[in-house]
Amino acid sequence: MFVSYRWLQEYVDLSGISPEELAEKITKSGIEVEGVEKKSEGLKGVVVGHVLEKEKHPEADKLNKCLVDLGQENPVQIICGAANVDKGQKVAVATVGAVLPGNFKIKKAKLRGEESNGMICSLQELGIEPKVVAKDYSSGIFVFPSDAEVGQDAFSLLGLDDSILELGLTPNRADAMSMLGVAYEVAAILGREVKWPQIEEHASAEDASEYISVNVEAKEDNPLYVAKVIKDVKIGPSPLWMQTLLMNSGIRPHNNIVDITNYVLLEYGQPLHAFDYDKIGSKEILVRKASEGEKIVTLDETERTLKADHLVITNGSEPIALAGVMGGANSEVGSDTTTVLLESAYFTGGVIRKASKDHGLRSEASSRYEKGVDPNRVRQSAERAADLMAKYAAGTVLKGSVTSDSLQAEPAVVSITLDKINKVLGTELQITQIKDIFERLQFAAVVEGQEITVTVPTRRGDITIEEDLIEEVARLYGYDNLPVTLPVAETVPGGLTPYQLKRRRVRSFLEGAGLYQAVTYSLTTDEKAGQYSLEKADTIRLAMPMSEERSTLRLSITPQLLEILKYNLARQNDSIAIYETGSVFLKTEEDELPIEKEQLAGALTGLWHSQLWQGEKKPVDFYVAKGVLEGLFTELGLAGTVTYLPADIAGMHPGRTAEIKLNGEPIGFVGQVHPSVQKEMDLKDTFVFELSLQSILQAQAEPIAYESIPRFPSITRDIALVVNSETAAGDIYGIILEAGGKLLKEVSIFDLYEGDRMEQGKKSVAFSLKYLDPERTLTDEEVTKAHNKVLKAVEEKTGATLRG
Amino acid sequence: MKERLQELQAEALQKVEEAVSLKELNDIRVSYLGKKGPITEVLRGMGKLSAEERPVIGSLANEVREAIAQHIEAKQANLEEAAIAEKLAAEKIDVTLPGNPVRSGSKHPLTKVIEEIEDLFISMGYAVAEGPEVEKDYYNFEALNLPKGHPARDMQDSFYITDEILLRTHTSPVQARTMEKHQSKGPVKIICPGKVYRRDNDDATHSHQFMQIEGLVIDENIRMSDLKGTLDVFAKKMFGEDREIRLRPSFFPFTEPSVEMDISCKVCGGRGCSVCKGTGWIEILGAGMVHPNVLEMAGFDSKKYSGFAFGMGPERIAMLKYGVDDIRHFYTNDIRFLKQFSKHEE
Ligand SMILES: [Zn+2]
Repeated sequence: MFVSYRWLQEYVDLSGISPEELAEKITKSGIEVEGVEKKSEGLKGVVVGHVLEKEKHPEADKLNKCLVDLGQENPVQIICGAANVDKGQKVAVATVGAVLPGNFKIKKAKLRGEESNGMICSLQELGIEPKVVAKDYSSGIFVFPSDAEVGQDAFSLLGLDDSILELGLTPNRADAMSMLGVAYEVAAILGREVKWPQIEEHASAEDASEYISVNVEAKEDNPLYVAKVIKDVKIGPSPLWMQTLLMNSGIRPHNNIVDITNYVLLEYGQPLHAFDYDKIGSKEILVRKASEGEKIVTLDETERTLKADHLVITNGSEPIALAGVMGGANSEVGSDTTTVLLESAYFTGGVIRKASKDHGLRSEASSRYEKGVDPNRVRQSAERAADLMAKYAAGTVLKGSVTSDSLQAEPAVVSITLDKINKVLGTELQITQIKDIFERLQFAAVVEGQEITVTVPTRRGDITIEEDLIEEVARLYGYDNLPVTLPVAETVPGGLTPYQLKRRRVRSFLEGAGLYQAVTYSLTTDEKAGQYSLEKADTIRLAMPMSEERSTLRLSITPQLLEILKYNLARQNDSIAIYETGSVFLKTEEDELPIEKEQLAGALTGLWHSQLWQGEKKPVDFYVAKGVLEGLFTELGLAGTVTYLPADIAGMHPGRTAEIKLNGEPIGFVGQVHPSVQKEMDLKDTFVFELSLQSILQAQAEPIAYESIPRFPSITRDIALVVNSETAAGDIYGIILEAGGKLLKEVSIFDLYEGDRMEQGKKSVAFSLKYLDPERTLTDEEVTKAHNKVLKAVEEKTGATLRG
Repeated sequence: MKERLQELQAEALQKVEEAVSLKELNDIRVSYLGKKGPITEVLRGMGKLSAEERPVIGSLANEVREAIAQHIEAKQANLEEAAIAEKLAAEKIDVTLPGNPVRSGSKHPLTKVIEEIEDLFISMGYAVAEGPEVEKDYYNFEALNLPKGHPARDMQDSFYITDEILLRTHTSPVQARTMEKHQSKGPVKIICPGKVYRRDNDDATHSHQFMQIEGLVIDENIRMSDLKGTLDVFAKKMFGEDREIRLRPSFFPFTEPSVEMDISCKVCGGRGCSVCKGTGWIEILGAGMVHPNVLEMAGFDSKKYSGFAFGMGPERIAMLKYGVDDIRHFYTNDIRFLKQFSKHEE
């Protein structure tokens, strides 16, 4: 809502308060002023000029040579390219030295050999938004009414030196969608009076009811309909002051009748509609629900197909307006209109919101109806508009109005105690202070002991309960004046749950290990949503996605991380290690919530370590990725319960991927992305993992089992085993550990050889075995005995031989 | 013989003095002090001496030996030291070359902000509550005083999956769920961080997915001044002790009265600049007293219990804190962006 400071002064005294001060006060007490704009700020040098002569430029067909009186001693010559410039016009002239928007400075110029001392301006050139410029002037210069004074400042005449406050209205403050509503607010803040417009009574001989009858079928949606008839109107432009106020409020001027309906809409907040009476085609107004599929062409020349829950104004049979949203083209007021049927009605929010949404049409009218208009301004607004039509369109207002009225417009009565107010706010206000606040708001307040009973005017439909009154008190008392306290509550144990704590630990570990945390979107394409999923479940698609790109909830995180890699690689960021924790969504029953699972995924590519000047480079490989996870499982006390098995997973390298199991249950995978996927996405060798974060966070950690530091030396034996190439090192490791018995404390793999010096199909794996007895020094014989058992077991189970 | 010994001593000391290597020194030792050396030889000829002379020459020979040995030892120490110095000099490296990099990643800036806020409220006794990102219309709207057809539903146009299921548009349903589970048993004191979704086209200031963190306190006798005090503590700890806060009336369907909190602009100190759009204030969060309808729907007696709630956007806070100018950076995950948030901050 744009509020003209100058216009507002007509309804409330603003003396002593600058627009900026006013904005600050309004913001602090209830409605956010998002900006204060003075369009002429920084501009100068534009005056009203009188075009005395106009002739074609001798050298250029499209240019005109004009002689313009600027109210100075001598008229000046100005070359003008506008097609609509003409002798006798009063126009806006940017004189030599003028500054126009965009810091455009006007200088003396020669155009095709002819001198030009300034520029005749269009409204757009003066900084007015094209969408509010009247159609007549949309592609040419603006022409002032003939009574405009030559030499006068054009900015002032066009209201461009007015300060416009832009109000950011919350949906509850429908009352402030009118100048009078804002005036009430400002009056309450400043403790001043509201001045209502004076409406003159018109009493012609004819009665409106002789011209029209009003019949409302849909009384629930339209409890009040007021029709007035204004005869013998002369269509023409509205007065300049009205046009400038409309433009400053963001509304395009049309003609005097339409402008008056818009002017009163802004003034009272009550939408009005003017029909060309002669085009209605009957003497009847019938308000009813549309029939399904019924059609109407609205004022914007669009044919609209109606639904059964839309409300229409008809002439008894044909729709002539989409109620509360937009009029019909068939009954539009035009230059030949002589009799106007003026509609002022109360439509309920729901029915208007539905129609407005279905047709994608938000008008000044519909946005007010949606939020609720004041039922007590419907009749007044009609009278005000009729009066203005008499004054500015030379109309004759017929006696009375034709109405259909079933509206209950009783003001709300809400009682509250002083104690309640003080208890909720933490204040120590007195009853007189409270009463004063309600009086400033012009709410009738009756005090009885500690109780105050407030009659809320219908313009403030947002106030219905005690808490609403408390808010009024709080905002006018001022939040700055509220005490500062902290809750005196019984202490409750706060903090993170064990799950949340552990999750933070997972993140810290991964970050310490060199991975950056990523955050990606949950919505992706249908295709990507299901890739790399750990679960067999259907994906969930939005009912109405905004784009295919963000249409479906993800079942896994990996595809998103691959996208990040792709993005970074395309920008020469070659070495990337990232991880993400987040939810994935598994479809269940229709109309049931999906199962949300928290997962952990990581993606690595490029170099893991590089020391540039020493020439060392370690690219990321499978074991780097696996090592990160092993470290994580050790950190979480799960190392002993996790196993890795070769796995074939769609989109992954079949020979370089492992399924991860926790206590035998699959929880995820780690491996290289399938080379064909890498190629398709322009990725280099990429290693990823994804696993169920919930599973690892909920798993019971192995307890810390303290062992005293051994006092006796250990004995280490190294063995190199030759086995078939397919034999998994992890299996041999397991066999050794099992066969080694109590004395075998540690096994590590320290070498792997497959190559020229090995027989085809064989490989050598070297293990280091550390034996120790915490109670005494081991003898060579004891170790040999245990070691032989290990060798025997490995030989029997894998066919391994000792490498010579 | 006496002269011969003195001669030998002078000669040996001279050679020791001139020696330049440990090997040379060792040769001197062997040649003068060895079993086949000249001193031993002199001593062998002592049989020819008188009984009076013998001890004199004997002790002189020992003195000579001792003197030579001492000089050799001293010289050896010198030479060894020089050798070490030479070796160390040869081992010199360029200490200005860079060290071996230690790998380290870091938190996403949004996580950084969220954890900072979490920790701040945890220190004031809050628990962290979480809930589903896909919600029932009931918890997302109806339980929060937003019945179907309520105009404020337009404020947050949503991604529906079915008529009853949608991507949550705020983290408030976590509050609704927590309250419902709580059923008037003792106070509630939680903050709820998480992802939320709205039908917005992604641009520099809008994102269809973003983070939110909300707080809720319910107990007997919770006052609006408690909300003001809590927000004051939060603003000062989060943005600096010198920051002022301002509450402005606002509207949220689930709170009444409702306010928005601004903090004084750090950039201009409140005089007005482009960051604060000339107002001197920067909007940080929305808050208010929990609407009685919301309390009642969750099973709390609104005559007995009251509470406050507040909510803010970590993206906005991170943008203000670090001067990030495009919200999409948080979701693009350019590694050059992510790497900038690894430092510890005071
Ligand atoms: Zn500033």
